[in-house]
Amino acid sequence: MTGILGAKEPRPAWQEKPRAITRGAKAVALIVICALVAVPFLIVVSTSLASPDEVTDNGGWVLFPTEPTLQAYEDILSGGTITRALAVSVGVTVGGTLISLFGTITLAYALSRDHFSLRKPLLLMVLFTFLFPPGMLPGYLVVKNLGLLDTYWALVLPVAINVFNLVIMRGFFQGLPQELYDAARIDGAGELTVLLRIVLPLSKAVVAVIGLFYAVGYWNSFFNAILYLNDSDKWPLQAVLQTVVTRGANLGGNTTEALSDSGAVAAPQTYQMATVVVAVVPILIVYPFIQRYFTKGVLTGAIKS
Amino acid sequence: MNEHIHAGAPRSAWQWLRGQRTLLLLAVPGVAYFLVFHYAALFGNVIAFKDFVPFQGVWESPWVGFDNFERMFEDPAFWQAAWNTLALAGLQLVFFFPLPLALALLLHSLARARIRGLVQSVVYLPHFLSWVIVVALFQQVLGPTGMFGGDVAFVADVLSNPDAFKPLMVAQIIWKDCGWGTIIFLAALSQVNTDQYESAAIDGAGPWRRFWHVTLPAVRPIIILLLIMRLGDILTVGFEQILLQRDAVGPEAGEVLDTFVYFQGVLGADWGYSAAAGLFKGVVGALLVYSANKIAHRMGEQGVYK
Repeated sequence: MTGILGAKEPRPAWQEKPRAITRGAKAVALIVICALVAVPFLIVVSTSLASPDEVTDNGGWVLFPTEPTLQAYEDILSGGTITRALAVSVGVTVGGTLISLFGTITLAYALSRDHFSLRKPLLLMVLFTFLFPPGMLPGYLVVKNLGLLDTYWALVLPVAINVFNLVIMRGFFQGLPQELYDAARIDGAGELTVLLRIVLPLSKAVVAVIGLFYAVGYWNSFFNAILYLNDSDKWPLQAVLQTVVTRGANLGGNTTEALSDSGAVAAPQTYQMATVVVAVVPILIVYPFIQRYFTKGVLTGAIKS
Repeated sequence: MNEHIHAGAPRSAWQWLRGQRTLLLLAVPGVAYFLVFHYAALFGNVIAFKDFVPFQGVWESPWVGFDNFERMFEDPAFWQAAWNTLALAGLQLVFFFPLPLALALLLHSLARARIRGLVQSVVYLPHFLSWVIVVALFQQVLGPTGMFGGDVAFVADVLSNPDAFKPLMVAQIIWKDCGWGTIIFLAALSQVNTDQYESAAIDGAGPWRRFWHVTLPAVRPIIILLLIMRLGDILTVGFEQILLQRDAVGPEAGEVLDTFVYFQGVLGADWGYSAAAGLFKGVVGALLVYSANKIAHRMGEQGVYK
């Protein structure tokens, strides 16, 4: 407590006073670590805000734009490839997260109930998949045989339930006081009522954090789109950005036909960077929520089991 | 103990079904998912033993026994991919694996909760970024038009130099996941009763001995757990990350087993062959998890599963 209130010594009495050199070294290490994370972001944001000429003059990057402009954002968000890809990403993320939560909650609940006779075999069946994943090609064949190629279902269904998330959810349901279940039972409530009226309202935190995990997963995935969607017009944002990244590595980071079909004559670099920012911002928005649940230890308990 | 109220003794299959009906229905979507996308897919691995022709389907394609595997073991491209995979895994183990513990110890040693929280927020963040973004950020800093690219000779071609590829991959993993990896260690460190430190200090143990006798035993089971999981997963070295950057250096330096499967099978349409490579990787991986867990039990550790 005293540490937060700014008292000088939060250090317990038995601990030696750290030497000045140790403290200095620690401070330097922390600053360097934070800078390593922050500086690349700063460059990307700054470059996206700079004018195209300034970026070119400066050799491709800018740290402090002299005349910040939102031109790059206006261009990429005014109806071209990026706008469409962004809409796809939002749709897949929202729809996928809902489907994932539905599947995870229902199965986790069934597997958390002691008197469910298939609990043990089904649990084993689920956990085994963790040990032996099926592999990329057989997975592709399943999607193909189901006729899901070139549909958005292919981005959601193959990754709908994550075993780790399922186990966390189940652990949380099991950790709820048994009396709640018993009381509901005596009142004659069915399993569905128990789940909807009692368990879910008490599980808002864990449902929220697992939903965010799924959402981040859907938002960030690009390989499923490349694998399952032949038609690149259907690609989500990360898959479109991927073409820039891979081609950039080959051609010196300056190719952006993919991004500039609006025809504007801006330095491609600003478009690229604006796209990166657009792809990162949603993560930055949900990040504090995810982090809050970590510090609360919702997940650490489950990790241990 | 109210089990009798609901469990009871089912008198017939019908009654059993009625008692379990809702739970069964609730389990259906999830179970269907695992059956279709894991078990049916797992079964699809039989094409490793077939000369798979897409329009004939999995059933009709002719069996070829171990032909695909024989071809694979004679294919230098496969061995190159296997070697790259192991080399990358080795580099990750030496240079990445210990870092989250080191960072966790540094964070744990910070007396001020506020600074610790701030640093934690910063270092966890990269974990939530996609590999596309991470690679884009690296390009913007190290690429030819990046922050250092133009001027510093050492980094001028770091993104397209085959010799630099493996260290670069490890550096990116460190950047992305080192902070995230501290979480599990910090949780273990926070479990240590401070009384133990205090009594050790009173008994005259200096910081180094307290670390050796109090801190280290607290994180040892986790180190072993993570080591087992890493060993079991040693043939997986970051598919998306490498897929994005393989073309910049070519397959000789940049091909790993997962990308080998992708380029041979999906892009090269050599289905049975690349399924064989994938299956080989899966079986070796499962055997590794199993043996690593066995060894851990022998050493008296908990391991991943009992």
